[in-house]
Amino acid sequence: MTKQHANWSPYDNNGGTCVAIAGSDYCVIAADTRMSTGYSILSRDYSKIHKLADKAVLSSSGFQADVKALQKVLKSRHLIYQHQHNKQMSCPAMAQLLSNTLYFKRFFPYYAFNVLGGLDEEGKGCVFTYDAVGSYERVGYGAQGSGSTLIMPFLDNQLKSPSPLLLPKQDSNTPLSEAEAVDLVKTVFASATERDIYTGDKLEIMILKADGIKTELMDLRKD
Amino acid sequence: MTFTIQIENGTEVRNAEADSQRTLYPYVTGTSVVAIKYKDGVLMASDMGGSYGSTLRYKNIERMKAIGKHSLLGASGEISDFQEILRYLDELTLNDNMWDDGNSLGPKEVHNYLTRVMYNRRNKFNPLWNTLVLGGVKNGEKYLGMVSMIGVSFEDNHVATGFGNHLARPILRDEWREDLGFEEGVKLLEKCMRVLLYRDRSAINKLQIAKMTEEGVTVSEPYSLKTFWEFKAFTNPTVGAEGSW
Repeated sequence: MTKQHANWSPYDNNGGTCVAIAGSDYCVIAADTRMSTGYSILSRDYSKIHKLADKAVLSSSGFQADVKALQKVLKSRHLIYQHQHNKQMSCPAMAQLLSNTLYFKRFFPYYAFNVLGGLDEEGKGCVFTYDAVGSYERVGYGAQGSGSTLIMPFLDNQLKSPSPLLLPKQDSNTPLSEAEAVDLVKTVFASATERDIYTGDKLEIMILKADGIKTELMDLRKD
Repeated sequence: MTFTIQIENGTEVRNAEADSQRTLYPYVTGTSVVAIKYKDGVLMASDMGGSYGSTLRYKNIERMKAIGKHSLLGASGEISDFQEILRYLDELTLNDNMWDDGNSLGPKEVHNYLTRVMYNRRNKFNPLWNTLVLGGVKNGEKYLGMVSMIGVSFEDNHVATGFGNHLARPILRDEWREDLGFEEGVKLLEKCMRVLLYRDRSAINKLQIAKMTEEGVTVSEPYSLKTFWEFKAFTNPTVGAEGSW
């Protein structure tokens, strides 16, 4: 007798897009607020951005239950770190922790597509981009989620960084000002909303600087 | 029964019979639950049917139950799994009461607990086959959230499960307001339940409406909605459909 298989999937894609851009002394992290399942919208007001530490903000799209569990794990690990080291985790440290956490579930992955943004130890903006099992890289800008294929080529066009293979190592951060970067983010999301059914409703933008975090909300098309 | 074979060093080997313990499909199911926040709290509605596939087997199932003093849980999906969840929550509220510290579990805490339970069962590939709606009021704060069987959860001003997502949510998106009074809220929910009654084949015309306010949680007596079956679209459904499928 053949083993009966479950006719359900432990995964679902709740959609959404996340983008981050690193500047000389700031980092912009943005994500839409739509949560969907199949062809239905579950919520028009669900935040995909989460502050993990003072200088590290995570934005994740994909399967929302896994994203929530991942955040809980990272939040509690950060608390333990603070107790043990008497300081907040730096963004590069959080980046490594996230990679290890994802790989830990290599054989039953967190279906989460992450972009980690923040400020590095020198105060420069940093963005780390991940796949579902933890392979990561520091970049000048990143996009993940359902609209990433629409957004990434345009960001490449506007912000293309020098190749990381060049020596001496060149700065991958954008020379754009904070206002220009925020404007660029609003533009790419408005465009992605037009063609990606899973992106829309509202855009949440977080701007991380040495003196604190600012949040902005912008309306997107609701159809 | 789980069949295990004991090996000398104490480890156990489970044979294929243990896999028959996992939920593969639901048997007795409840259909949609619809809920909205309103001026004084939260309202929730569900019918009392339990279907066994396409048979309407049970017509007196209460799919909404009060949890503690502040919350109400509504469930669609497998009824036996709902009953299991109620047992888990009984244990949770019992332990909470035993602390005897004046604190009581609010809807936010119960919702978080349920999300963790559903997610952990999904991790073990043995889900509780339900979509749950959790509503309540504590310290003046209204709360309404939903958890699915794979652990996806969120809060909103109005939620619905199953067919309700397709038929009721659009109505609520159009007509819901922050300052709905009790009667207006009930009318809005009844409008949604009536549409579900017309178009969801597993819905029955026997429903309950539950009210959650700061004062407490109450579930109404069962009643039926007035229906009208003489709409032209019902009496002559194929008019205008010539040539279409």
